[in-house]
Amino acid sequence: MALSTERLGLYNPNKPMENRLTDLGPRHFWQYFPPIIQKNYGKWKYHEILEPGILVHVAESGDKVFTVRCGGCRFMTVEHVREICDIADKHCDGYVRFTTRNNIEFMVDSQNKMEALKKDLNSRKHVSGSYKFPIGGTGAGLTNIVHTQGYIHCHTPATDASSMVKAVLDELFDYFQGMTFPAQVRISMACCLNMCGAVHCSDIALLGYHRKPPIVDNEVLDKVCEIPLVIAACPTAAISPTKTEDGKKSVKIKEERCMFCGNCYTMCMAVPLADKVGDCVTIMAGGKVSNRISPPKFSKVVVPGLPNNFPRYPEVCQSVKQILEAYAADANKYERIGDWAERIGWERFFEKTGLPFTEHLIDDYRLAYDTYRTSSQFKYTEASWNVSRAVGGIE
Amino acid sequence: MAFEPREEQKELKYKELRIYSDEELNNYTEEELKGFKIKHEIPVCEELEKGPWPSFVADAKREALHRRKLADDRMMIERDVVEDLLGQLEISFKEGETHWKHGGIVGVFGYGGGVIGRYSDLPDKFPSIAHFHTMRVNQPASKFYSSDYLRSICDLWEYRGSGMMNMHGSTGDIIFLGTFTEQLEPIFYELGHVLQQDLGGSGSNLRTPSCCIGRARCEWACYDTQDMCYELTHYYQDELHRPAFPYKFKFKFDGCPNCCVASIARADMSFIGTWRDKIQVDQKAVKAYTGGEIKPNAGAHAGKDWGAFDIQKEVIDLCPTRCMRMEDGRLEINDAECNRCMHCINVMPQALRPGKDTGVSILLGAKAPILEGAQMSLLTIPFMKVEPPYDNVKENVIEPVWDWWMEEGKNRERLGELIQRQGIQKLLEVLNIPPMPQMVKEPRSNPYIFWKEEDVPGGFKRSIEDYRSRHAR
Ligand code: HEM
Ligand code: HEM
Ligand code: HEM
Ligand code: SF4
Ligand code: SF4
Ligand code: SF4
Ligand code: SF4
Repeated sequence: MALSTERLGLYNPNKPMENRLTDLGPRHFWQYFPPIIQKNYGKWKYHEILEPGILVHVAESGDKVFTVRCGGCRFMTVEHVREICDIADKHCDGYVRFTTRNNIEFMVDSQNKMEALKKDLNSRKHVSGSYKFPIGGTGAGLTNIVHTQGYIHCHTPATDASSMVKAVLDELFDYFQGMTFPAQVRISMACCLNMCGAVHCSDIALLGYHRKPPIVDNEVLDKVCEIPLVIAACPTAAISPTKTEDGKKSVKIKEERCMFCGNCYTMCMAVPLADKVGDCVTIMAGGKVSNRISPPKFSKVVVPGLPNNFPRYPEVCQSVKQILEAYAADANKYERIGDWAERIGWERFFEKTGLPFTEHLIDDYRLAYDTYRTSSQFKYTEASWNVSRAVGGIE
Repeated sequence: MAFEPREEQKELKYKELRIYSDEELNNYTEEELKGFKIKHEIPVCEELEKGPWPSFVADAKREALHRRKLADDRMMIERDVVEDLLGQLEISFKEGETHWKHGGIVGVFGYGGGVIGRYSDLPDKFPSIAHFHTMRVNQPASKFYSSDYLRSICDLWEYRGSGMMNMHGSTGDIIFLGTFTEQLEPIFYELGHVLQQDLGGSGSNLRTPSCCIGRARCEWACYDTQDMCYELTHYYQDELHRPAFPYKFKFKFDGCPNCCVASIARADMSFIGTWRDKIQVDQKAVKAYTGGEIKPNAGAHAGKDWGAFDIQKEVIDLCPTRCMRMEDGRLEINDAECNRCMHCINVMPQALRPGKDTGVSILLGAKAPILEGAQMSLLTIPFMKVEPPYDNVKENVIEPVWDWWMEEGKNRERLGELIQRQGIQKLLEVLNIPPMPQMVKEPRSNPYIFWKEEDVPGGFKRSIEDYRSRHAR
């Protein structure tokens, strides 16, 4: 049966329940495996990274599958996907796979085919010059940045996602195509605190953040929102009921209690937060999800708020580079950014990266005390001498 | 081993399914694209065409040109949809604020999720994106595809939607970005009837589960991530489509503790492959590593000269449990002390492999920061054998946890927050399991124990008269 071309296709609006098929679930994965994957399923012996972006997996049978990993934009048009299909048809018997981090993987079963594929991929560029399928993203390098919707589709962003990812990856392109780090580096981006990408356990997380309390749209609030739900939505109890001068029910916001989470706006469209200069970018660092050597850990806030300087975000790019360059120069082999920071001490992290330590980086939310240093063990840096000087402890 | 899908799978042949002809698909030249300007001025967006990383703006422009050259009756929504999206994006950059309105309840009959409603707040300026709803299409486990399938999806989506999508959304679905309300049901019918393909989850229900590449191409997968993901997604279709939960719920399946799909950070229920016997050691290959014949870590560090491989420094001293040593040129592992962190295996994949007696650890409760701060999953079940159809997991873990959460969870309370509110103690009761020290990093440092009445000899009921008979007021 072909895809239909009538305006409403197979759907009959007069009988909406007729022929309704539900709960089919996803299609079965097995049919999409290339024959060599089917044959060796569960029987892989080891793998090797031949060069950045190129993996070979060797099966117990001796079969080898060569994978070429390319960066992809997660925003893709059907034109791009069709080009991916053309490549898959030409080199890979029509099979292709996407990774969790929005990379595209083409697989072939011989070295010769791999070389031809590589050449083809490297030759494909957009008319304006950027690669369509840059090869890389493996080993102790930088892989693709996972991200969320931003201005392309969402109503709550404090920054844009696709543009920031493009800007940062242009700056870090050599790291994507190299494997010069002490360990793998995972950057993630989310355009508001909802963190649809769950970026809170990444080596580096880029996070859009509002900095002005909501504006209350008194005219409509009571009509479009459930006031008790809006009040209950606030984690810091900053919202309380009120009446406007002309007697309309509404809410008021205790501004000093607001931590700009936007949860009230999620519940109610009449309390928007977005603001051109208020909205900013927060950078977090040192998280990971792998259990290798040390347990998974959260990313920590290392830059409180950088301006949304569209479309290239130079301040964000600069801070990320400062972290990565200090890390690449100083960390031990196999050490992730968080492990490195813990070994040298966070005071040294700020010294080596040159990122300023401001009071915003000290926790003052719940359980903040857990992050305070309750020990006489510390290292001297300029920041500590500044404190000694300020109290007259030294000249 | 071949797999039996739960239902017979229709074979999809693009040549039988297709909408567009080859001429329609190749309706513009590189030259035309070079000179192409969309109808809005977008200098800020166009800045993003420069630089080596793939440009989403350049990609969007070719779809815009392609749509310009299709005949009117070959698209069911406005042809200008891509141009208007770029136009609105340009304004968002200039104003530093999004122009999408808050929500909008749209969907397909009978489903509580799978569609996210979206409307532009500049519909007069950008009429083609006045409605711009997304649909989530449930991806096949671990995201392998055939070009027949992808091309069919592309034709469907260009014909009835914007032609723009996400490969893939953060949870794993293919995301169709932007169509009008009228086309939601027709797309759903085409997906179901022609492509035998369902929508994914959104809202307060089971979200689309996802898994790592696992046995398809990774030697470390300790269980069949794809099969388990597929089976549970199908088994729990009702929970996925019809919201009955306090809030969202996510399953993710990682084949080993490397956690490539980040289950420990992103899933209310994280399944992480592990083993309970010994790491398999090939001593000859260990020698090959120490002798410099094989590159450590599969060559992951090739971009920099780190010097000769030193097994003492790079493996034995970095082992978090210090359970390895070299003895007479042999690598000895005290497996009882190993915590299966994967480091040594990652460094020497040709010499070391996970054990053979494998299963999963189940961890509960991860979530992003909203509201009470981020949480990672809590180690709850140390080891469990998992074989299709996974009845032990369904009956003894998933369903008791859901029953508890649906009973006790407040509106918009994730499982991790409920565990925090009611305590691991309650979770032990729910799962009918004993406590183990592995559930905590360390025992509590306050003695504020909520002793239960039945724990204390004699119970809580006492008489003040009795007390006073011994103590004057
Ligand atoms: C309280 C927390 C959250 C809220 C209120 C929230 C809200 C939203 C909203 C409004 C959208 C629509 C964006 C659009 O217009 O397309 C969205 C999309 C999405 N969210 Fe969330 N989100 C939350 C947390 C998360 C988390 C933690 C994850 C994943 C780990 C996630 C995964 C997704 C996915 C996959 C999408 C589809 C678009 C995309 O891939 O970016 N969400 N979410
Ligand atoms: C030391 C820790 C890790 C090792 C040794 C490791 C190893 C690997 C290997 C060998 C692959 C390739 C699988 C294949 O192609 O068959 C892979 C893929 C992947 N890993 Fe990991 N991994 C580690 C940590 C992580 C972490 C922390 C994350 C996420 C934050 C992650 C996310 C991924 C993803 C998303 C893929 C799919 C490919 C891609 O998107 O680039 N891995 N990993
Ligand atoms: C809510 C919890 C607690 C309450 C209500 C409490 C109450 C008391 C009271 C009433 C005394 C005085 C007893 C007397 O008359 O001599 C006392 C003494 C003491 N408490 Fe606590 N206490 C609490 C927690 C703790 C904790 C957590 C610690 C230790 C970390 C602690 C350590 C001590 C010590 C060492 C003394 C004896 C001091 C001395 O030698 O005079 N208490 N506590
Ligand atoms: S992270 Fe926030 S702004 Fe971005 S897509 Fe998710 S809900 Fe929207
Ligand atoms: S943004 Fe968050 S903290 Fe501020 S008023 Fe709204 S809910 Fe409360
Ligand atoms: S999680 Fe483990 S088994 Fe799964 S792909 Fe990653 S390394 Fe392989
Ligand atoms: S897996 Fe980790 S803990 Fe176990 S022996 Fe290897 S390095 Fe040590």
